[in-house]
This record gives sequence, structure tokens and C-alpha cells, in this order.
Amino acid sequence: MLSESDLSRYERQIMLDGIGIKGQEKLKSSKVLVAGVGGLGSPAAYYLTAAGIGTIGLADFDEVSLSNLNRQILHATNDIGRFKIDSAAEKLSSLNPDVQINKHCIKLTHENIADTVKNYDVIIDAVDNFETRFLINDSCYFLQKPVIEGAVCGFEGLLMTIVPGKTPCYRCLYPDLPKEKSFKGIIGTTAGVIGSLQAFEAVKLLLGIGGPLFGRLLIFDGLNSSFRVIDWSKKRSCPLCGENATIKNPAKY
Amino acid sequence: MIVKINGKEENIEKGTTLLSLLDLKRVNPNSVVIEHNYEIPEREKWEEILVNDGDNIEIVKFMGGG
Repeated sequence: MLSESDLSRYERQIMLDGIGIKGQEKLKSSKVLVAGVGGLGSPAAYYLTAAGIGTIGLADFDEVSLSNLNRQILHATNDIGRFKIDSAAEKLSSLNPDVQINKHCIKLTHENIADTVKNYDVIIDAVDNFETRFLINDSCYFLQKPVIEGAVCGFEGLLMTIVPGKTPCYRCLYPDLPKEKSFKGIIGTTAGVIGSLQAFEAVKLLLGIGGPLFGRLLIFDGLNSSFRVIDWSKKRSCPLCGENATIKNPAKY
Repeated sequence: MIVKINGKEENIEKGTTLLSLLDLKRVNPNSVVIEHNYEIPEREKWEEILVNDGDNIEIVKFMGGG
């Protein structure tokens, strides 16, 4: 049930077709985990909080450092040295005290991933490395949890929404770890776009409205100001969800 | 041959394979995945698969930053 304060706070979105009172109540009863509270996680968590998601989990074990602050807008200069979880929870609660913030100050591993994700409706993958992305996606596939998969590099970003059993999975796109690791820079605006869109996908998924990126990949080229959305289908030979799937447990790297 | 690559039409010589196309574009094969006519061919097959007139190819980078 929405309070008087809720009706006021969310007035501008309640009036939208597709949301309404019922939609807002649905958001209030939803639980979203944001894995990684950095460049992508910052805007994603901010907009989920603003939208009135009832429970937001934050999973990160890192501390704020100066070089984070070109993009990780949940954190401020005074937060340097603090756990990102604490810094993030404080800002999000300040924006919206009614949102329940669950802090998971952990590095996601095979031992804790299932217990961490099991109580959430949707997982936003905002981590910064492939090993953890595969852990999250493999685990959520087996646990039947939807994942909003977003990634950025430089001026470019990717986004897709994965619903186990319904859409292609992460390994339909990337079958395994890339053979070479490369580190390029990143500007905040790139992460801002993709992180915001991750929150948007989560809201659409929870409300069952619009056209989330099911079986589609959004490719963002910030430098050339372009968004392309291409079809990306289930891969028959996918090692995770394909016809002769070889991965039966989340892979260890 | 006219081939659509990442949404743009390009003139590509006959006999080009998916692998040689990456070489032409100075793309490291280990840094991308390819969708060829809406199928996702195995990496090992890229050197055998010929690009044809009217093909649609998407070259997608590995991106894992957050």
C-alpha cells in the first residue's frame, strides 16, 4: 500500500501509462540486487532508489579511491577510504529513506553467490571483471534469476536483459573468458548511460511493460552518438543453455 | 561485394573470410565475437567461413568494465 508520502514522491511516474498506483506498489514490493557499486552501479542504484524499488541490495567489497571519482557518482571526495557499500547506502538513503538498503560487503564467490542472489527478483550486473560476470550469469541461470547485463569501456557500452529459459544467456554472447585482457579508460558519461539503462530495464521487467532487451543487444557508441540495437539469438551450441550444454555448475576461474 | 558490417554497407573483396575481415579492419580476433547472418559461428570456424554479397555481420567487442 502506498502512503501519502509515496503518492507525493512518485506522483510524476504514477501518472504514466504503464505504471499507475498498481505499478508503483509492484515496485515497492520488488527487490533488486546491484552487484558492483562503481561506475555502472552508481547510476543504476540511484535511479532504482528514486523510482521506489522497495529493497535494494548492494554487493561490493571495495573501498572508494580518488581515481573512482571521475565516474562513480554515488561516492564523494570525503568518502575516500570508506567501503563503497557504506558510502552508497548513505547517499541512497538520503535520496529516499523509505528504500530498504541491504549491504553485502563481500567479494562474490562460488560459496556465497547463491545465498546472496536468492532473495532478489532481479540482479543488475555492474561488476568490473569477466570472472565475476561469468559467476553471476552462470549462477543466475541455474537459480532462474533475471540479470540485467551491462558493460562499458572507453566511450562504448553494451546492454542486454537475460531471463533464464526465455532469452539467450550471457554465454550465447561470450562463450568463455576472453583470451586477452585489456584495460582501457572510461569516462563517467559512458557508465552513466548504461547504468541508467540497466535501472530502466529492471523497472520494465518488474512491471512487465514496454520492450526490454530480450534476445537483443544494445550497442552504445558515445563518441559517435549512436545507439544500435541488434538481434542476438540463443546459440544452439551455447555451453550453458544450448542443446548439449557442458556447464552444469557455475564455472570456476 | 556489398556487405553490411555493424550496420554500415561496405565494399568487400570476394574470397574474404570472417577471420581475414578482422585482419582487414585491424581487429584482434581475441577481442571480439561475431554474428554472421544472425548466426553465431564458433571462433574456430572464422577462418573457413566466406563472406558473401548481401551478408550481415556484427563484430561485438568483449566488454567487461563496470
